[in-house]
Amino acid sequence: MTLLKLKNVSKHYQVGDITIKALDKLSFEVKQGEFVAVMGPSGSGKSTFLQVASMLAEPTDGVITLKGKDVTHYDEKDRAHLRNKEIGFVFQQFNLLAKTSAMDNVSLPLVYSGESELSRYKKAKEILNKVGLGDRLENAPNQLSGGQQQRVAIARALINKPSILFADEPTGNLDSKSGAEIKDLFKELHKEGKTIIMVTHEKYIAKIAERLLTMKDGKVVSDTKI
Amino acid sequence: MELKSIFLTAVKALWVNKARSVLTMLGVIIGVGSVVLLTSIGTGLQLYIQQQFADLGANTLFVVPGNPFGDGGGFGNPEEAFIESSKGKLKRRHLEKILRDHRDIILDGAVTGFSSGEAKYRNETKKVTLLGVTANYETVNNTESSSGKWFTESDEDRSRRVVMMGSKITEELFGDIDPVNKQVKLEGQNYRIAGVLETKGGFGGPNYDNYIYLPFNTLTDDFNSELIDNFSFKIKDENLIDEATERIEKTLLGENLKEDEFSVFDQTQLLETINSILGMLTIGLGAIAAISLVVGGIGIMNIMLVSVTERTREIGLRKALGATPNVILIQFLFEAALLSIAGGMIGVGIAYVGSIFIQQWFPAQVTMEAVTLAFGVSTVVGLVFGAAPARRASKLSPIEALRYE
Repeated sequence: MTLLKLKNVSKHYQVGDITIKALDKLSFEVKQGEFVAVMGPSGSGKSTFLQVASMLAEPTDGVITLKGKDVTHYDEKDRAHLRNKEIGFVFQQFNLLAKTSAMDNVSLPLVYSGESELSRYKKAKEILNKVGLGDRLENAPNQLSGGQQQRVAIARALINKPSILFADEPTGNLDSKSGAEIKDLFKELHKEGKTIIMVTHEKYIAKIAERLLTMKDGKVVSDTKI
Repeated sequence: MELKSIFLTAVKALWVNKARSVLTMLGVIIGVGSVVLLTSIGTGLQLYIQQQFADLGANTLFVVPGNPFGDGGGFGNPEEAFIESSKGKLKRRHLEKILRDHRDIILDGAVTGFSSGEAKYRNETKKVTLLGVTANYETVNNTESSSGKWFTESDEDRSRRVVMMGSKITEELFGDIDPVNKQVKLEGQNYRIAGVLETKGGFGGPNYDNYIYLPFNTLTDDFNSELIDNFSFKIKDENLIDEATERIEKTLLGENLKEDEFSVFDQTQLLETINSILGMLTIGLGAIAAISLVVGGIGIMNIMLVSVTERTREIGLRKALGATPNVILIQFLFEAALLSIAGGMIGVGIAYVGSIFIQQWFPAQVTMEAVTLAFGVSTVVGLVFGAAPARRASKLSPIEALRYE
């Protein structure tokens, strides 16, 4: 089943007199349970692709459908709801709230979906256990290693059971050992049936995906099964 | 998302940055604290003076030479009042005539004349105001003595050299010595001290504790002074005050005194004048303090603006995770309101403690009105000044906010 579909999607930025075509009539589909790695040189539009596909940014042109619904021009409020319920996002920089415990960081999306404190606590504990941080519930980001912080961020992305998990170079800020651990975590999530779209620079990370999308100048130049 | 969760999120955000929160509140604390404290001083002063007048009794009427209230209703020039006294139009016989003619509604009347001179006890010398009063001054003006006894009618009739001392001048001249029946020198003559009066206190205006009281006849004989400061009358009932005023005026006009050569007033009139002055003073003090409240509000805005900038990434993240623009707006408004409300509460607390401290020397009274006003204004100020940064935060694009370094 097609989960997310981008049809002729463009994203243009205006810098002075120059129009930058970060995405140029890009079309793309992802099915339920697929794991897609996105590669390409810097400036090829990978991050913009991820932002537009994950409802963080609105496209200039084209149509985006999620679960069969046209979500292209949802207003900011509906996009926020969509990001909260349907989308998980893992950033390269982790983006955890400073001086805030792993539990509170992980349960943040549940705050915005209006869950009770008790249920937030339960779910956050469960998911932190799952990513191997069951003994670090009360630790703030500065008390965790890079790999652990990224695992907290992944737990946060997963807590609302999103349809798609987006990851923007999730191992880019990690040493190779932690990077490998995160890679294994993604592999496992895929095995469990998660739909994952991940931008990465590293081939060995991309290898765990089943599809490799290569981008250049805001377009998909190749889309191959691995 | 429920308001309660947004509220708790705001509380957490403030708690995580305790130092920043406290610094932001400081402006509001100082603003609210000074508004409440300064107005408490003004109000305390007002209540104190009202109390002093209440002690005099509501059925007392005064006649003074000239027109001390001026045309505008306020006090006239004090120099003018002195000149009026020195013209000497008001005489003791006028008092006697009034008492004779209106026995039916006027119980009693006392004369106060004045002069000044030097008082000396051993090596202590002080310049003092001397009040020559009739023996019934004690009862007409509700004066209490702390030791000794007020001089009698016979002392007055015989122009005896006896005095009643104000408490402060007694302390200055005698220190710890009991002055009753001791001799004090006034302009070189010996006077026996019959007693000492209770402390009356007073801020500004005449300080009764500094006066020395002697029989009216003694004053006129020894100091050659016929200056009348005032007559005070005890009226049968406070409802008769207006009638008594009218009758006294009529009598004095019948004695060839002109309308502007004397004034008859009761204490409500005086009280109104003093209240209007103190009211202005309180408003003035409040206005000065209100400026610090506004400064506090601008402080909140600055810190909130800085906070929005500093927390741009956090805002971006919250939005990426599902916070709608409204949720962000409300969170930041909550933060601003919490800061100003907490600051306001601390400010009121400090002002309250401060007023208790000040009460040792000065009457200060924290009123509910001042607290409500300062508190309300600080909350409004917090919300108004917090609104712009909160709106800015809510409008941030999640992508740009996340990219912000």
